[in-house]
Amino acid sequence: MKQTLLSLQGISKVFADKTVLDGLDLDIYDGEFITLLGPSGCGKTTLLRLMAGFEQADAGRILLGDNDISHAPPEHRPLNTVFQHYALFPHMTVFDNVAYGLKMEKRPKHEIRERVEDALAMVQLGDYARRKPHQLSGGQQQRVAIARAVVKRPRLLLLDEPLSALDYKLRRTMQVELKRLQRELGITFVFVTHDQEEALSMSDRVVVLKDGVVQQLGTPREIYERPANLFTARFVGETNLFPGRLKQITESAITVDVFGVHRTLRRPDFSVADGQSVHVLLRPEDIRVLEPNADHGLSGKVVERNYKGSTLDSVIHLDDGTEVLASEFFDEDDPAFDYRLGEPVKVSWVDGWEWLLPEEAGQAVPDGERTADA
Amino acid sequence: MLSVRQQPFKTAVLVLVWGWLLFLVLAPNLLVVGASMMTRDPVSFLSLPLNLDAYRQLFDPLYLEVFLHSLFMAAMTTLVCLLIGYPFAWALSRVGKQRQLLLIFLLIVPFWTNSLVRTYALKLILATNGLLNNGLMSLGLIDEPLQLLYTEGAVIVGLVYLLLPFMILPLYSVFDDLKQEVLLASHDLGAGRLSTFIHVIVPLTLPGVLAGVMLVLLPAMGLFFVPDILGGSRHLLVGNVIKNQFLDARNWPFGAAASIVLTVAMAFLMFAHRLSKRRLGEEGP
Amino acid sequence: MTHRWLPRTYLTLVYILLYVPIVVLVVFSFNESRTGYAWEGLSLRWYEALFNNRAMVAAMWNSIWLALSAATVSTVIGALTALALHRYRFRGKKLLNGMLFVVMMSPEIVLAISLLALFLLVGLQLGYVSLLLAHVTFCLPFVVITVMARLSGFDDSLPEAARDLGASDFTMTRTVLIPVIMPALLAGWLLGFTLSLDDVVVSTFVSGPSYEILPLRIYSMVRVGLKPEVNALGTLLLVFSLVMLMLSQWILIRSKR
Repeated sequence: MKQTLLSLQGISKVFADKTVLDGLDLDIYDGEFITLLGPSGCGKTTLLRLMAGFEQADAGRILLGDNDISHAPPEHRPLNTVFQHYALFPHMTVFDNVAYGLKMEKRPKHEIRERVEDALAMVQLGDYARRKPHQLSGGQQQRVAIARAVVKRPRLLLLDEPLSALDYKLRRTMQVELKRLQRELGITFVFVTHDQEEALSMSDRVVVLKDGVVQQLGTPREIYERPANLFTARFVGETNLFPGRLKQITESAITVDVFGVHRTLRRPDFSVADGQSVHVLLRPEDIRVLEPNADHGLSGKVVERNYKGSTLDSVIHLDDGTEVLASEFFDEDDPAFDYRLGEPVKVSWVDGWEWLLPEEAGQAVPDGERTADA
Repeated sequence: MLSVRQQPFKTAVLVLVWGWLLFLVLAPNLLVVGASMMTRDPVSFLSLPLNLDAYRQLFDPLYLEVFLHSLFMAAMTTLVCLLIGYPFAWALSRVGKQRQLLLIFLLIVPFWTNSLVRTYALKLILATNGLLNNGLMSLGLIDEPLQLLYTEGAVIVGLVYLLLPFMILPLYSVFDDLKQEVLLASHDLGAGRLSTFIHVIVPLTLPGVLAGVMLVLLPAMGLFFVPDILGGSRHLLVGNVIKNQFLDARNWPFGAAASIVLTVAMAFLMFAHRLSKRRLGEEGP
Repeated sequence: MTHRWLPRTYLTLVYILLYVPIVVLVVFSFNESRTGYAWEGLSLRWYEALFNNRAMVAAMWNSIWLALSAATVSTVIGALTALALHRYRFRGKKLLNGMLFVVMMSPEIVLAISLLALFLLVGLQLGYVSLLLAHVTFCLPFVVITVMARLSGFDDSLPEAARDLGASDFTMTRTVLIPVIMPALLAGWLLGFTLSLDDVVVSTFVSGPSYEILPLRIYSMVRVGLKPEVNALGTLLLVFSLVMLMLSQWILIRSKR
């Protein structure tokens, strides 16, 4: 059983009549890498600021172990923050920036020196101690910010979109670096991002937030393969949502009719009824594109193709107008594999990989629209 | 490099600007340096031989006292402006953006109003039977009018009144640049309010303080009309000394030397300001 | 923040202190009383006295004419300087920048005596011309920074695009740059106008009996005692400055959209 380190209980926060967080509960385990994921305005940054103590919740409690820290000021909380724009002190050297927190603890000089040097070595900035922040690149400033936060050996490190200001390549490097640091230090990381790819690749668990409410909490695999609702399905990864109709419901299985194709699947968690409309979710990589003369599949034609290096992504219009996104890996045996625009094809998918979601209020099952969110 | 013929416009502009600055800024200042080293002449203002008598005269006990007194009043003015302006700029930078614009507008309205007229308005308030004395007497706080006008205090009040916006604006600019995130980082790392103020806020606002000091201290030594109107020609400033030497006593070398003291003070303050900005990694002007 | 009212109260208090003298001045300009300390009833007599004072009216016109010409000349030179600083690379650019900065920061009195020394050396009769040269000199840096601020906010490729489309350097400046910096030119002009109208220190040194201007007229009046006409004059100047200031702010804000 994992031990809870930080427990958020019934947290609500209202800014000027706008409810940012609404009765949110969340347990963060000791030593895990947990990511708060959601679009801007979903409350993820507010949640982080509540943990750090920069904001006070209007309702609810925050427990660190057995201590209620709901009203403790930030300087008295044993957790530290890596800020989105680094927030380095521009008038201090790298060394003094990192030493700041230890000086506030009134540590002896030699201990400060040792620990700061260790922290800088850990982020590979040992030679930059005498520099000023403005003499460093964005990635280096980011490392200083991390060293400054971890040198205090916090129980919990809060990271507020720390990589959003970096370019793509540097971001990838820093993602790996952060994972390594987290493993080495054994500190719990709470990471905020709006980048679903980043969330999936780095986290032990992901919290998907929308309008201050947890949409889903689970491992990256659960979030991606078994989204709890339409929002998560659309927000995380690209998605085909097809209209389906349920029939032949038994104790453990159901049959779903998608475009006349009948598939028998495990009975889903939500309540089902005969003839009920459902969303059938298929990821682009579940889709198989076949020759036009294949003996099964739905016929359509290619309207867009995007070469992505490792995959070939295409958009296919079915005969009834439904758009289908497909993402196929290149086959080493067929290096010339490609489509012409307008080329007739047939579309199928891997049997049993369908994921069913119920209709939601205001989200009637469409007749077959393209639903691909970034 | 393109030649003059290829860029007649550029050449014309540069000649005009350089001409203006060389003739009306550089040359006159060199003249003042020259004048400060010449000998007083009742007829043609200046004559040879070159000497440093004027500078020596600055240390004449009589003038030294005036200088130190002027410096004291300017320093007091600066200090009062800083004490009023620092919390003011801080508070100003924390109100809503829309309201901030209005408040800054209100701050510079007086600056656009004739400074002589504003100094004169203070006289209405501070006079023996002026508004302040009348008000205090009718409240029964005092029995007879206080001597407010023609005092050192009146001069300082006048200087503060005229120069306060020049202290507030650069301070506001540094407070406005002060990122909330940096203050949060300080708290996050365990610093309380006082520690954050001493270790983060003060060093980061120092360039604004120095700019404000520069914009207040130097004019506070030169605004000769303030003591003339509010100080009754006592409590002289360096500006009064320079003016008297040039326009009345006709001792140009001495007036020029006094003005060079002001210039040196300015150079010193500008240097300090630049240094403080460089510490923050910003390029000085 | 626990005490939101504290900063607000403080701000309000300082604003009251800043505005009390101005309000007093305006109120007393309509006062019947000769002594000017106590309220004796509403009257426009000081405005009447002001306009019957021929020396005062003459000084007013002199000042306005001087401010108009100083603002115009400094705007032209200042704008050209800003354009040169922005667009060209030339030797001594840093020095030029530095000199403008020094002029702006210099105590006025230092500028005043240096100009007086120059004018006497070259034998220039103190009057309109000497005042104009002096006023343009101290207005210049303010115009330059106003225009520079505008120029630094706009896309460098605009002039390049104009040149690419066949405009000469001069044509490009006329057809692209000048329209872009127009709001800054107007704001700079208004600033120069106000600075010139307000100046006491420099004018004291470089004006002669042939050309008396308003601030010096006021100066000689207020040095001793109280002159109720000055209240009336101050009120008029205040209204005038306010109109100018609002105009310049309006121009700047409108141009930002």
